[in-house]
Amino acid sequence: MNLTLKIWRQQGPQDKGKMVDYKVSDISEHMSFLEMMDVLNEQLINKGDEPVAFDHDCREGICGMCSMYINGEAHGPDRGVTTCQLHMRMFKDGDTITIEPFRAKAFPVIKDLVVDRSSFDRIQHAGGFISVNTSGNTQDANAILIDKHDADTAMDAATCIGCGACVASCKNSSAMLFVGAKVSQYALLPQGQVEAVDRVKNMVAQMDLEGFGNCTNTGACEVECPKGISLENIARMNREFLSANIKS
Amino acid sequence: MSGFLNSSIGRKFTMALSALFLMLFILQHFAINILSVFSPDSFNEISHFMGTNPLVQFALQPVLLFGVIYHFVMGFILEIKNRNARTVKYYKNNGAANSTWMSRNMIWSGGFILVFLVIHFIDFWFPEINTKFIQGDMSGLLADGEGYRYYEELTHKFVPVWRVALYCVGFVFLSLHLLHGFNSAFQSVGANNKYIKGLKGFGKAYAILIPLGFIFIALFHHFNH
Ligand code: HEM
Ligand code: SF4
Ligand code: FES
Repeated sequence: MNLTLKIWRQQGPQDKGKMVDYKVSDISEHMSFLEMMDVLNEQLINKGDEPVAFDHDCREGICGMCSMYINGEAHGPDRGVTTCQLHMRMFKDGDTITIEPFRAKAFPVIKDLVVDRSSFDRIQHAGGFISVNTSGNTQDANAILIDKHDADTAMDAATCIGCGACVASCKNSSAMLFVGAKVSQYALLPQGQVEAVDRVKNMVAQMDLEGFGNCTNTGACEVECPKGISLENIARMNREFLSANIKS
Repeated sequence: MSGFLNSSIGRKFTMALSALFLMLFILQHFAINILSVFSPDSFNEISHFMGTNPLVQFALQPVLLFGVIYHFVMGFILEIKNRNARTVKYYKNNGAANSTWMSRNMIWSGGFILVFLVIHFIDFWFPEINTKFIQGDMSGLLADGEGYRYYEELTHKFVPVWRVALYCVGFVFLSLHLLHGFNSAFQSVGANNKYIKGLKGFGKAYAILIPLGFIFIALFHHFNH
């Protein structure tokens, strides 16, 4: 199929940037969206132009690197997929596709479609871990019994790949789905209890410091999340945060 | 605790508490107003009680005023903060693909409710304060002394078409506000479980029926007087 692409081009963090039109032809419907971008970039390189910079790594929906806001949605129109898993069969011959970087003050553009998501890393560093003595005397994990339902819910929360689609889709650029998932994956397990109070307080404080907005429960994040992280995780974080503040 | 109140989640929490309080208040307000349709005498009596009881006037009323002011001031603060969290807007954004119109436009539905509230206060609250506390007439009687004034004053207000129309539009916006807000408030306070999921249908019914009931009262008095 033949497509018109409207792509955000921005030389660097200080550049103002603008939308630029490109044409690509003979795109197979079996290609992934990133493969289509590769075709465009080869075309640009052959002409001696600057290729479009975009993030990617695993290309199988695990790493969370591929971002892109496609036709007004994070990771494009399909559900439960990242951009690398988005197939060109979701589009029609002759379509015009707009491609923009994820937008949020806390995700500044580095170049073209590449944004800096290290604010997520700093939130993780603030409390998204447990402290375990790994001196060789580590307890066997199976020695601690865990309710199957809790274990499953914790695992569901832990499938968050930190892609940032929740922030990009949210009208408030709120990171609460991400932070809610990261708080929940520990809050549901006995190993997470020791540092529970400090964890949620520090992670929320870091989230606010990074300049993410406030959640207003529109639910856009849950719909656009490639891993189906549920809003229940935000409610759990709200409870954890309240009880942590009451405790200390 | 000040750290809690200044955090994103803390603000959300107090926003939801003020909203839950307002929803309880509106239920109570509706219960009294609907009496004006069925029994003007009971409406008069309960209005007189509410308007002169010291507990209602000097304990509950200030809480209500605080609740309303807190809610809309915090609503505006959050809206500004949230807008600032995205400095460069999207060239194309398909919000309808993942969220309802109501959820994305709480500031507009809320803003219109605020306009309505200002007019509502000028219509009812200011004259009430003037009669009772400035002119010092706590009797609640009509000027000729023949019975209570409340029902008369109420029906008189719903004669002009413009005011009835404005009230109807105001309540349509309240309905839109609550269609998102009712369930949102429970999520904000961290209540999202199987019991709350059962409340969803009730929330929708509340958000539609209560405003519809207020519209009915306005139209009823308009066409019967
Ligand atoms: C006076 C004018 C009003 C304004 C400007 C206003 C504004 C807002 C805004 C901007 C929000 C979204 C904020 C957020 O979710 O964090 C909101 C939420 C809400 N509002 Fe209002 N509002 C007004 C009046 C009312 C009234 C009269 C009621 C109830 C009868 C009400 C009930 C709610 C509810 C239930 C929520 C959801 C709370 C939550 O998500 O935690 N609002 N309002
Ligand atoms: S919650 Fe979902 S959308 Fe948000 S970062 Fe995690 S995987 Fe991505
Ligand atoms: S490139 Fe790894 S998730 Fe898309």
